[in-house]
Amino acid sequence: MLRFENVGLRYGMGPEIVRDLNFSVAPQSFQFLTGPSGAGKTTLLRLMLLSLRPTRGTVHIFGQNAAQLSKRDVTTLRRRIGVVFQDFRLLDHLTTYENVALPLRAMGRSEDAYRSEVVELLRWVGLGDRMNAQPPVLSGGEKQRAAIARALIVRPELLLADEPTGNVDPGLARRLLRLFVELHRLGTAVVIATHDLQLMDQFGFARRLVVGDGKVAIFDGSPG
Amino acid sequence: MTGTAGEDQFALGPLPATRRDMPLIPGDSVAGRALVVVIAIMTFLACLTAGGALLVAHASQFWRSDVLRDVTIQVKPGAGDDLDLLVAKVVSVASRAPGVEDVRPYSKAESEKLLEPWLGGGLDLSLLPIPRLVIVHMRGQGAEDLAALKAALAPEVPQANLDDHRLWAARIGTMANAIVVLAAALFALMMLAMGTAIGFATRGAMAGNREIIEVLHFVGASDGFIAREFQSHFRRLGFRGAIIGGSAAVAFFFAASALSVWWARSPGGEEIAAMFGAFSLGPTGYGALALVGAAVTLLTGFLSREIVVRQLQTLQ
Repeated sequence: MLRFENVGLRYGMGPEIVRDLNFSVAPQSFQFLTGPSGAGKTTLLRLMLLSLRPTRGTVHIFGQNAAQLSKRDVTTLRRRIGVVFQDFRLLDHLTTYENVALPLRAMGRSEDAYRSEVVELLRWVGLGDRMNAQPPVLSGGEKQRAAIARALIVRPELLLADEPTGNVDPGLARRLLRLFVELHRLGTAVVIATHDLQLMDQFGFARRLVVGDGKVAIFDGSPG
Repeated sequence: MTGTAGEDQFALGPLPATRRDMPLIPGDSVAGRALVVVIAIMTFLACLTAGGALLVAHASQFWRSDVLRDVTIQVKPGAGDDLDLLVAKVVSVASRAPGVEDVRPYSKAESEKLLEPWLGGGLDLSLLPIPRLVIVHMRGQGAEDLAALKAALAPEVPQANLDDHRLWAARIGTMANAIVVLAAALFALMMLAMGTAIGFATRGAMAGNREIIEVLHFVGASDGFIAREFQSHFRRLGFRGAIIGGSAAVAFFFAASALSVWWARSPGGEEIAAMFGAFSLGPTGYGALALVGAAVTLLTGFLSREIVVRQLQTLQ
């Protein structure tokens, strides 16, 4: 599904932020991307999302070489990827419902076709009574769940989440993680960037990609 | 998350009321309001220019069709000539000439009255050899009929001099055409200025909504979708500006039309009326103003879309 071969990235003439990355993300797999703050987790996620191009090496995504993709191809591929940003990136002038429906609207689907789907998902993530609220009046946890719902609405084959539990209390963090596990069971490959070791320990079956010193070390999870 | 939409709706019960199809680019911003004001002013000025040009063009057409159908015959008395007899002869010849609709000789009193603005009233002008005028109204503007009239007059009344006003009409026509061309140039300049303002506003809106563009890209929106969103955003702003500016222009022409009745009675009113007619645009003129408004709306949307598409192509 996603394969990195000798990938390196530098900004301008500076040193390589990440180098010699060799790993793959299999379909229907579940992994944590971890490491200390500033180690390059977000950079790695952006490489996976094709919002950064590597300065060397090759990224293969859904069987295609990312370097050979046109802008239109990237747009098409992104519709198969769900992404949860650390800072949510909800559009403040839209309601929770409209934010969650955004990917479907961007795909050109009519509201009549997706309305019940969005309402159902919002109820599933516990935002059934906050559909018409705008992000500025939502709590951190509610924003987080809205951002997750927006990533899930297209039923992505690959879900990338950057610190999705960073702004919520431990109880809600566990509940959100269970949401991702449920999605994984439904067939989505999940990559969650986090530095919360306790949380990762609670989901011991997950593979760990540990970023440090610009490289990635891989630790397979225990059979769960 | 599974099942068909119909089954989900049944399972969910009635769906809650939600806002539908809200614009993705926030509409109410300081920059947006400023652009509406700029577009409104430009539309107002463009409508005034277009309306003024139409009035002048219409008035010029009227002069040409009306004035050119009137011919003045001046009868200059020679020594010992009976002026009344000469005028009668002219009337007789002119009435028989082809293409002549009506012949009206000015009486001696009427001719003397024409001199009053220069010589003052109350003078005894009987001793002066004042020429007499005969106004001939032709059916059309055909040069052949005028030539025939001239040819018929020359042997019968050599003292008669025919003036068909063509030189004067040509000069006035040239002036009217120059005004129309100037108005067209002004109109084009205003559109250029408005296009430049829209360009700046679009780039500003893109910079101000960079995060929205980024999120739209990440959720799989194509450049075409994003450009369409910006286009509809700017078309809405353009429509608001065009409605405000266009309505102000329509109100101006309505007021000018009403005031022209008063102007017509004031000193110099005839000249203004001659230049612009009754200041009434008529349905065609107001239709033209509506077209200007529609063009401004479409231009705003089209330009912003083109700029957004080009800017997005430069983004990674």
